[in-house]
Amino acid sequence: MDAHAPPTAAAHEPDHPSTGMYVKIGVVLFVLTALEVGLYEFTYGGHASSGGAALQPFFVPLLLLLSAAKFALVAMFYMHLKQDHRLFTGVFVFPLIIATVIILALIVLEAYHFAFARSG
Amino acid sequence: MSDHAHAIEHHETSTGLDSRKLAIWTFIGSECLFFATLISNYLVHKETWLTGPGPFPHQEWVSPAGQHFEPIIEIPLVTLGTALLLFSSLFVVLALANAQRGSRKGLLLWLGLTIMCGLFFVGMQVYEFTHFVHKGLTLKTNLYGASFFVLTGFHGTHVTLGVIWLITLWIEGFRGRIPPAKSLNLEIAALYWHFVDVVWIVIFPVVYLIT
Repeated sequence: MDAHAPPTAAAHEPDHPSTGMYVKIGVVLFVLTALEVGLYEFTYGGHASSGGAALQPFFVPLLLLLSAAKFALVAMFYMHLKQDHRLFTGVFVFPLIIATVIILALIVLEAYHFAFARSG
Repeated sequence: MSDHAHAIEHHETSTGLDSRKLAIWTFIGSECLFFATLISNYLVHKETWLTGPGPFPHQEWVSPAGQHFEPIIEIPLVTLGTALLLFSSLFVVLALANAQRGSRKGLLLWLGLTIMCGLFFVGMQVYEFTHFVHKGLTLKTNLYGASFFVLTGFHGTHVTLGVIWLITLWIEGFRGRIPPAKSLNLEIAALYWHFVDVVWIVIFPVVYLIT
């Protein structure tokens, strides 16, 4: 190999997941989305039941957990953060932490505001 | 070729990483904060549908004035759009894998499917917005309407720009201008596309499922 030959893009790239792994992640993402919608249907939607009512206190945390799982899977495997240089992870995760804290703080604040408004 | 000229040609930074890839990750980081402000704005104002005017998003409602409103959100349609957007993320990584292997046919097939999914999603959103306006929810109806349309509208704009970007890459691929050595061009677009997808992963439950 010519020592002065320009390296290809592939030479710079760490090993990315295989096609089979990409498909498996796709199936998991689809199942998690189905779980989200199913959870909504059985808790508040058209198929709501007494069992679904018992799930209501856990509805929002469960949805956030499922969303976080999907988010992490896409970022780690499809966006290749698991294999790529850690600097990319840092550049992405630092603002993401700030964004998540802002959103979660407002969810809690809104929940308290709503509870106080109801209690008068 | 001198090391300096070599570094310029390949956009390398002092970190040894490609500057274009670092730039897109920095852009994505800033976009996280942008969408966080829009989602926060939505969360603060979403309860305004309780005081009206305008329809409830999730349930039937009769206003104190006796006006009857039907629920306006169509979960099955949005779920389909969400699933297609998730599949489009799978398709674009398969397109990238094919581009890196030098398979032009595979690249065009998977990238074409990604574009189709993106177009369906944009079409779904145009239909949804039109439907909402007909049902009485506009940007001006209340703060819920304003924050809903601004949040989902900005996301839809990002999807539209992503579709245009991917179409230009499909044309480049069709002309044989994305060899394995230039697959980074597709990888950068794919990173943007995945980001659009992960933003929707957050928006979907927050706007459509949490009542």
